[in-house]
Amino acid sequence: MEKEDGRMAKAATQDVFSIAKFIRTAAHLVSIIFPGDFTEASSVLTAGAGPLIRVRTIIRSGIVSACLAVLALAVAPDALRAETDCLACHADKSMQDSSGHSIAVDRKTFKASIHGSLKCNDCHADIKAYPHPEHLAPVQCKSCHDGQESELEGSVHATAAQHPCTSCHGDAHSIFPKVDPRSAVYTLNIPGTCGKCHGNDATSKKNGLPDVYLPYADSIHGMALAKGGLLVAANCTSCHGSHHILRRKDRQSPIFRTNIPQTCGSCHAGIADQYKAGVHGKALAAGKSGAPVCTDCHTAHAILQPTEAAFRMRSTPLCGSCHKAQFTTYRDTFHSQLGALGGYVETARCWDCHGAHEILPASDPKSPIASANLVKTCSKCHAGANQKFVQYQPHADARIFKLNPGLYLVRLFMNLLLISVLTFFAIHTILWLIRARYDQIKKKSAQGGKDA
Amino acid sequence: MPDLEQAAGENRVQSSTGGRYFLRFTRAQRGLHAVLFTTFLVLAATGLPLRFSSTPWAIRLAQEVGGFGAIIFFHKLCAFVLTAAFLIHFKNVMMRGLVHHEKGIFWGPTSMVANWKDVKDLFGHFRWFVGLGPRPQFERYAYWEKFDYWAVFWGMVVIGASGYAMWFAPFFARFLPGWALNAVLVVHGEEGLLAILFIFSIHFVNTHLRPDSFPMDMVIFTGVESEEEFKTKRQQEYERLSMEGKLESRIAAAPELWLIKFSRIAGFTAIAIGLVLLVLTLSAIFL
Repeated sequence: MEKEDGRMAKAATQDVFSIAKFIRTAAHLVSIIFPGDFTEASSVLTAGAGPLIRVRTIIRSGIVSACLAVLALAVAPDALRAETDCLACHADKSMQDSSGHSIAVDRKTFKASIHGSLKCNDCHADIKAYPHPEHLAPVQCKSCHDGQESELEGSVHATAAQHPCTSCHGDAHSIFPKVDPRSAVYTLNIPGTCGKCHGNDATSKKNGLPDVYLPYADSIHGMALAKGGLLVAANCTSCHGSHHILRRKDRQSPIFRTNIPQTCGSCHAGIADQYKAGVHGKALAAGKSGAPVCTDCHTAHAILQPTEAAFRMRSTPLCGSCHKAQFTTYRDTFHSQLGALGGYVETARCWDCHGAHEILPASDPKSPIASANLVKTCSKCHAGANQKFVQYQPHADARIFKLNPGLYLVRLFMNLLLISVLTFFAIHTILWLIRARYDQIKKKSAQGGKDA
Repeated sequence: MPDLEQAAGENRVQSSTGGRYFLRFTRAQRGLHAVLFTTFLVLAATGLPLRFSSTPWAIRLAQEVGGFGAIIFFHKLCAFVLTAAFLIHFKNVMMRGLVHHEKGIFWGPTSMVANWKDVKDLFGHFRWFVGLGPRPQFERYAYWEKFDYWAVFWGMVVIGASGYAMWFAPFFARFLPGWALNAVLVVHGEEGLLAILFIFSIHFVNTHLRPDSFPMDMVIFTGVESEEEFKTKRQQEYERLSMEGKLESRIAAAPELWLIKFSRIAGFTAIAIGLVLLVLTLSAIFL
């Protein structure tokens, strides 16, 4: 605050336009209040000096003006703002610079904006007098926001061709505090703001940026934010940060593989604890970077409600992409046959039995697939499951005799039965067909009829 | 279920045009076959997508009817109807054989039970196929017809039992060992596959598509067959009835036109569905 006050004071002393402008305004006021005598005075002050003016009038109008100036300075400091002068030109909505960019400023919006109390040349610091040079130096936001600017350095946006501050915060003349719904970086507006470049449009294609806006918008986070207006729902900055955004390959990045559980855990603290206690979390902590992190199962942007049919349907192959042998044996079972066809999402998927976050080996007594817990686990779906029922093997491999001798023999018998019956009758029926057709033709030709 | 002689007598009308017609299947037997093939087609159409659940056509078919929930509903519904039909048939056979002491149910030329003649017929048939002997003369039910019957009989018991074991798994787990719950799916799937492959290829050809009957043997729909058909297909039964003087008692009315038309539509629909399912099954196995 101290710094800002100082800057304002400095700006005030530099203000050369405002005094001249004020005197002119004061003279207008005087001429309105005291018509007649001061008419010329007003015109003098407006048009400059002339030989026909009466000295008395000049003195009187001068005194009145000075008094009014002092009064105005004391009671209405706003009236002295420099933008009043700048806006004499820049309020024109059609105003453009030589390259065709709009250089108009909407007075009302600017006054309401977070920078509304600043004067134009607080930012456009190279303007000292009017007329000002046609080409001005770029505004340096860091002259005030040096903390954010230094965070930006080294981030993915540091080298962006567009002005990094305004591409997110919007036009500098209409920036609002981030808690203001009008702000481009208001929580509910962030996805739209980032999506301007990271959506499926020309900007994103030109820069080779992935289209993450739409998957996010359809995700549970995006829906909660856009439809529910839920401020705590994760938006882009919740995971990526805002000014110091780093690539996911960067170890410092909150979305670097091994940092992801912590990043998601900043909201999903309970789940993060369960994850850390499970086999996947432990493997990751042990330095196995191949161990699945949150995004491997849930994806990064297109995160779905896990109980939703769409997620349940695609979840088993997801686990199966690492656990290949278990996926194969699972696919032999009724659970998989049921599950693959859709419309029946209740069928047991991997985590219905193994748990989702705190996955524990069967040897762990806390595991839902520990033998002592099987009845309880199976009973979630199969009411009346007993000790014998849970001897069912959800991953039985009927192809290996050693593992499941009974099952292996049953499968062998059924296969032999199938093959022998079909082979015998295939031969039987083909021979029969040939013979019957032969007889038919012979009979017809014997009758003198046409060959059938 | 009245015997054929009785049943034929009920609607005996001398055919005015063409030759005589003889009753082969009673109304109840034809009804049983209709229930059997209707439910079997639905069971096959809903079972195959499960057996080959990862094939695109299975997923597509499931989606069309409303996913697995719909599939299993129709599967269970037809299973229940077929079970009921099976039990009614079983009860009728037992009543005729054990209570009413009807002759020829469990033994003899008109029985479904295999006998020595069937073994001789099988070998004789093979000899005829390759031109080493005369064509065997068959009784009411030829050996392949008996095989069809017993294959379906055994199939219904095996598929039915394993199906109910899965349907009510926690209940069956009270007396089955744990691995049996794994085995019932294998049994159900393999036996079902065998039934589908057998019916849609062997039974279709043996009974309907072979040159003698092509394109379809209508007798299972109309219940009657012409004298010529009777004589060539089941010569021994025809001769036995002639000798016993019972041939007249089997004479029945010629099938009505609407029944022939209806039978054609129903029969060809069933055969068409069966062949489509056969192609899908074979494609899933071999592709």
